[in-house]
Amino acid sequence: MTTVDRKPRLRSLGSTEMVYLALLGVLVIGAVLVAVDGGNLFGTANLVDMLTRSSLLGFVALGQTFVILCGSLDLSVGYVMALCSLIGATTMAGDPAKVPLGIVVVLVVAAGIGLLNGLIVSVLKVNPFIATLGMGLIIKGYLDTTYKGPAGEVPASFQQFGYSRIAFLPVSTAVMLIAVVLGILYLRRSRTGYHMFAVGGSQDVARLSGIRTGRVLVTAHVLCAVAAGVAGLLIAARFGTGSALVYSSGYDLDSIAAVVLGGTLLMGGRGGIAGTLAGVLILAVLDTVFNILQVDPFFKDVLRGVVIIAAVAIYARRQIDRRASRPRFGPGGNGGPPKDPVPDEPVPAGQGADR
Amino acid sequence: MAVAPLTETVLRMHGIQKSFLGVQVLHGIDLELRAGEVHALMGENGAGKSTLMKVLAGVYQADAGTIELAGREVAFAHPLQAQQAGVSTVFQEFNLLPERTVAENVFLGREPRRRGMVDADRMNADTAALLDDLGLSSIAPRRRVSTLSVAGQQIVEIVKALSYDARIISMDEPTAALAEEEVELLYGLVRMLRERGVAILYVSHRLKEIFDLSDRVTVLKDGALVDTVPTEDITPDELVRKMVGRPITSFFPDKLPETSLGDTRLRISGGGNEQLDGIDLEVRAGEIVTLAGLQGSGRTEIAHALFGVARFTRGTVEVDGKRVSPRSARQAVRAGLALVTEDRKAEGLALNQSVAANARLVLDAVLPRQSGRRAKQIPGILSSLELVSRGGDQEVRFLSGGNQQKVVLAKWLATDPAVIVLDEPTRGIDVGAKQKVYTLMRELSARGVAILMISSELQEVIGMADRIVVLRDGRIAGELPAGTDEEAVMQVATGQVTS
Repeated sequence: MTTVDRKPRLRSLGSTEMVYLALLGVLVIGAVLVAVDGGNLFGTANLVDMLTRSSLLGFVALGQTFVILCGSLDLSVGYVMALCSLIGATTMAGDPAKVPLGIVVVLVVAAGIGLLNGLIVSVLKVNPFIATLGMGLIIKGYLDTTYKGPAGEVPASFQQFGYSRIAFLPVSTAVMLIAVVLGILYLRRSRTGYHMFAVGGSQDVARLSGIRTGRVLVTAHVLCAVAAGVAGLLIAARFGTGSALVYSSGYDLDSIAAVVLGGTLLMGGRGGIAGTLAGVLILAVLDTVFNILQVDPFFKDVLRGVVIIAAVAIYARRQIDRRASRPRFGPGGNGGPPKDPVPDEPVPAGQGADR
Repeated sequence: MAVAPLTETVLRMHGIQKSFLGVQVLHGIDLELRAGEVHALMGENGAGKSTLMKVLAGVYQADAGTIELAGREVAFAHPLQAQQAGVSTVFQEFNLLPERTVAENVFLGREPRRRGMVDADRMNADTAALLDDLGLSSIAPRRRVSTLSVAGQQIVEIVKALSYDARIISMDEPTAALAEEEVELLYGLVRMLRERGVAILYVSHRLKEIFDLSDRVTVLKDGALVDTVPTEDITPDELVRKMVGRPITSFFPDKLPETSLGDTRLRISGGGNEQLDGIDLEVRAGEIVTLAGLQGSGRTEIAHALFGVARFTRGTVEVDGKRVSPRSARQAVRAGLALVTEDRKAEGLALNQSVAANARLVLDAVLPRQSGRRAKQIPGILSSLELVSRGGDQEVRFLSGGNQQKVVLAKWLATDPAVIVLDEPTRGIDVGAKQKVYTLMRELSARGVAILMISSELQEVIGMADRIVVLRDGRIAGELPAGTDEEAVMQVATGQVTS
């Protein structure tokens, strides 16, 4: 049944595979550059640096993936992180016995913010960009008026979460990787995970299939905010105290960049957490390499920007190709109308009619 | 046609009425479907076929009338309810997620679970079983839908319908997007479903399909039921007559006396691209040529080719004897072309901008140096069209459809085009505004503009034309003189006769 089965296209490599290839490429190029400079990218210090960098962004981007998959967006994650680092540190107040309480309070507050974000987006139908930007501003205003500087104290036992490591693997990175695995399982095995792809792919199709799209969106936003909350705890553990200034570190946009770099469509419906992890790692490797080579910090941003745009441009091309229209007549030359309206030769890959 | 005995009536729709914004679209339609029959639903564009289908599918709710399923009255508030009751619909625009797999689409919203997790293996196995059952094991359940051909996607829709145990499947122009060899595949599938006792409501424009496939045919016209007859008791000619049979009214203004045929202003020779082939077309100054054809026959594609949206890859286009090959709408306008698009809201107007801004849009964008001078004519053009608005500042979205269309026309007339292409210029506008559009066409024609009008309304195709060019499957199927009757046009368009 050749009409149903089309030959897989040459460029049918999945996005995730592509991102991991890109990660490999970045690692190789980075290692060579560092080696030329007389260093070793895979030395313990550098490895630890890369992995530590990736843990914080990893949590945020993990959560962001759920939201973006649903076709939404969360710009409040940076503020949620800052708020949660402060709430965590002040609740713990240097008392090891209060560590569990601190964690629980942080997770509840984060989930509450996510719930609000989700409800504003799904019930009030506010564009997620505006909804979460507004939520971020609200949190920022609260932080700026309430906390004039670092506050709270994290007990030494919880600081382990920020500093200790097993060989070259920081504990925080290990926890992040576990969360990533759980996230992948959730998307691939739970009904809600399936429905996230559906909601992002087409709200109408999802609704017509009986999916409660609002709930799915809310769930994604809650997961995203909770992930940001965990990142906030990690910051508190690293600094030993809560800090409001984290919100200006650009984790909101970086997390979106990592998700998109990882092959998830910004419009939603396609992608996944495995890709996001690669996106996070690519950004971490770039940062580490730039640091070792002592690249000018401003130029560093230029390079990151170029990498992100280039990646998305490549994805966009693939999308356009896929949408190419269905040809009725071949591209052949002039001459009389052919008897058979269907071209005899197989359709060239570039003009594939797979819509 | 050897058919299993038609016995049990599975669906009875009675007295279905439906209005939109005060316009009645369905005037009390009765329809019965029996188990194991293919029931064709025919009618011109706008006859109410799609609306009736959507009422059955639960997309729309009828204003009056009853729907009985196997003798029990039902009312579907949501498409899902219809589906769960065994009524599935395969729409022209598929309800599929292209980025997900076949199985994920089939079981969307009711994924089987085991120990709280989605049981992907069972989902794939069940989908494979459904596909096997239809003899379509070549489609892998794990295949991403976007990698399937249109026919493949349609099959996924049908499999999804069957997975709900559909007793009734309605299909809206299922062959419209299929290549010829794919049509056979669909035929096979439809026949197989019929043998299993599924009732199929089959909407199509193509007479050949109706006679190949259907057991009975119901004809709608202008939202009213014309007749339901066994297909073997009717000839294609009679069927066409039932579809179009109505007198042509003297609704169309006469040609103005000063109109005279001049030189050829638009000439397409051997135009072709992926959708079109061998298009030879001439429009002379003062001439109105109308393009007729079924949906998807290539009418709009010609307009798009002229405007560089999907341009001709073969052949040549000349405007006033000068060879042009517009790569963009901008170049087309510079060459003297104007296109009033089919979808005025999406492609014709900036809805949240003012009447004045919209009317100047093309001038400002494409001919900025002349825009100041030419814009002076705009108020005159608008008033000659009798635009009803609260002034030039009013946002276009607050105007009625007819008045919006007048703004679109003004926008193009301001560019003083040599050739104006009107794609469905009267769709969705009231009778008075239609008259205005027709009058305007006559006036332009008298001024020596070449007019190419695309329309699905046979009445206006015939009523306005100096010549009628009929398209079918991307080619010119025939040319008919002014004053042809609707049946003749329909016969050429459906491939009944080639003239």
